[in-house]
Amino acid sequence: MYDFEYHRAASVDDAKSKFGGADDARYMAGGMTLLPVLKQRLDQPSDLVDLGDLDDLRGISEDGGNVVIKAMTVHHAVNTSDLVKSKIPALARLAGTIGDPMVRNRGTIGGSLANNDPAASYPSAVLALNATIHTDRRTIAADDFFEGMFTTALDEGELITGVSFPVPEAAGYMHFPNPASRYPIVGVFVAKTSDGARVAVTGAGACVYRVPEMEEALNANWSPDAVAGIKVSADGLNEDIHASAEYRAHLVTVMAKRALAA
Amino acid sequence: MSSYSIKMTVNGKEVTGEVEGRTLLVQFLREHLGLTGTHVGCDTTQCGACAVHVDGRAMKSCTLLAAHVDGSDVVTIEGLADGDTLHPMQEAFREHHALQCGFCTPGMVMSAIGLVNDNPNMSEKEVRHGLEGNFCRCTGYHNIVEAILAAQQTMRG
Repeated sequence: MYDFEYHRAASVDDAKSKFGGADDARYMAGGMTLLPVLKQRLDQPSDLVDLGDLDDLRGISEDGGNVVIKAMTVHHAVNTSDLVKSKIPALARLAGTIGDPMVRNRGTIGGSLANNDPAASYPSAVLALNATIHTDRRTIAADDFFEGMFTTALDEGELITGVSFPVPEAAGYMHFPNPASRYPIVGVFVAKTSDGARVAVTGAGACVYRVPEMEEALNANWSPDAVAGIKVSADGLNEDIHASAEYRAHLVTVMAKRALAA
Repeated sequence: MSSYSIKMTVNGKEVTGEVEGRTLLVQFLREHLGLTGTHVGCDTTQCGACAVHVDGRAMKSCTLLAAHVDGSDVVTIEGLADGDTLHPMQEAFREHHALQCGFCTPGMVMSAIGLVNDNPNMSEKEVRHGLEGNFCRCTGYHNIVEAILAAQQTMRG
């Protein structure tokens, strides 16, 4: 890992000012992705602004019909939250599939979303549940947030402060994990929201995406059978030593079916 | 680049050190403090040989910056036994012969204590699932799982 100047932020404002004062800074939330990236020398920031002390960015609460999870909340807290388990059990279960217990003790929802790894789990929940991302300067709808591989609508220096998840009528998540890394080769989150059915796929493409033909079928009939016959195209899907594009396309249907049965 | 003065509690003792921004917690423990019981296996957050407890939670010290845990309370494998009396998890590993080469063992023990602290009534399946972040290349895990199931009984008293 190349060396960098290390800063510890005392507040959101302090984090922004330290970020702004550096040549080429990165925020660090839990560091569960950023540190491995730096160790592989895939990135070389001049400065690291550690958000670990921002306790006011931790916590889970209910606000109207939403479950609000603050950005620095670790996956373990989401996985074991009574509120999340009762309101959106699929989201609590998803959090319990990320990495391993020790990674879940440190990794955060804000960090995961800002990074937008094509195989990260959280983006599928945020997109399917039609969540809203709160930042230090605005709110961003899930449909506008995920722009491409490791790319989001966040501006330089913009900091996620939390995510509001509208409580759905029903939701499910299922993924087919890579046996070594535990990242989803394909993960599908299905949700019956007030705006109709939403289906979001992670791991299969360059970025999380929705499957309109499945959503339409589920609006007519919310059941595993409704999606069982829908084949999605393999065009543009990821291809690597773990799975071909065709295999991933096949898994999208299988995981959608299982998410609905879960 | 700058260096940073850090202070933390390790195994109940206050320690200080000068580190670079990029110094990992595991490097600080092993190279600065000489606590070589915490191992570096994969160095990629997968194998769990570097597991320690930070403020009571099991974490992978190869993926934490030393500066990041400044001010924290850290417990390593060296901090578990009370004199000659092993921690119940260590005792169970000994009793059930839950190791062969021993390289993964410190991380297994630290991780396992974290699992029992979170849920002292794990089923065998839950123990196996809980060990997803700890790799053992010798034992096939059988005796490790036995040891953890036995230790959780002792630990819940």
